[in-house]
Amino acid sequence: MTRTVTIAPVHKSIVVKAGQARAFEVFTAGFNRWWPKEHHIGVAEMREALIEPKPGGRWYEKGVDGSECDWGKVLVWEPPHRFVLSWHLNGEFKFDPAVETEVEIAFTPEGANATRVDLEHRHLERFGQESGEALRRGVDSEGGWGGLLALFAKEAAA
Amino acid sequence: MTYQVALTALADPTRRRVLETLKSGPLPVGGIARGLPVSRPAVSQHLKVLKEAGLVTDRAEGTRRIYYIDPRGLAALRAYLDQFWDKALAAFQAEVESQSDKERDEKP
Repeated sequence: MTRTVTIAPVHKSIVVKAGQARAFEVFTAGFNRWWPKEHHIGVAEMREALIEPKPGGRWYEKGVDGSECDWGKVLVWEPPHRFVLSWHLNGEFKFDPAVETEVEIAFTPEGANATRVDLEHRHLERFGQESGEALRRGVDSEGGWGGLLALFAKEAAA
Repeated sequence: MTYQVALTALADPTRRRVLETLKSGPLPVGGIARGLPVSRPAVSQHLKVLKEAGLVTDRAEGTRRIYYIDPRGLAALRAYLDQFWDKALAAFQAEVESQSDKERDEKP
């Protein structure tokens, strides 16, 4: 008997009170304005989180000490409609080109001044490769990103 | 369930190979050992550690035990990401809508 380990994508959808172009712009060019500083993978504190606005562009963080840590790459870049990022974090929360999941974010106009934002995080079974089993344990604990998320929630609610 | 236990369990390359072997499906100890350059008792020891870390589970099949990857772990990852993106999008929404509010306020 063989069994392939698969895992369904995560889907999210929200409607924001902003036009399509603005929503795309704030999400990407303004990424650093809303992504919480606590949520980073580098050893140093994070100064900036950035998405380079082009196919093949980097998705990465800059630390306060000048160091840089990659998170992934821009796979598809179609402003103001959608973009796709690769997410290359392994079980130890370090950049690892061998582990690749994907995040797609699509922006659809809903009336005059509203935009539906659809997010899909897919190929999650790829976390099952290499040391991915450690990641899903880590992300599920307060010692991993769970702790950072608490800070994230606080930030978002402030 | 602690994250440190799982990381420690996976720090060993042979244990990672045991997990990779199980990706193709459930196997008894002997079946796992056949594909690896280690003895059956060594594989048993590695399986014990992986089981304690919550990465592998087992069931009885006749007189032997069959080992397989614990699928609940993958469900936990998905549940985490689900919550993670809810919060990320909420933060994005707060930012994009606060900008819109500012613009409206600035209009006479």
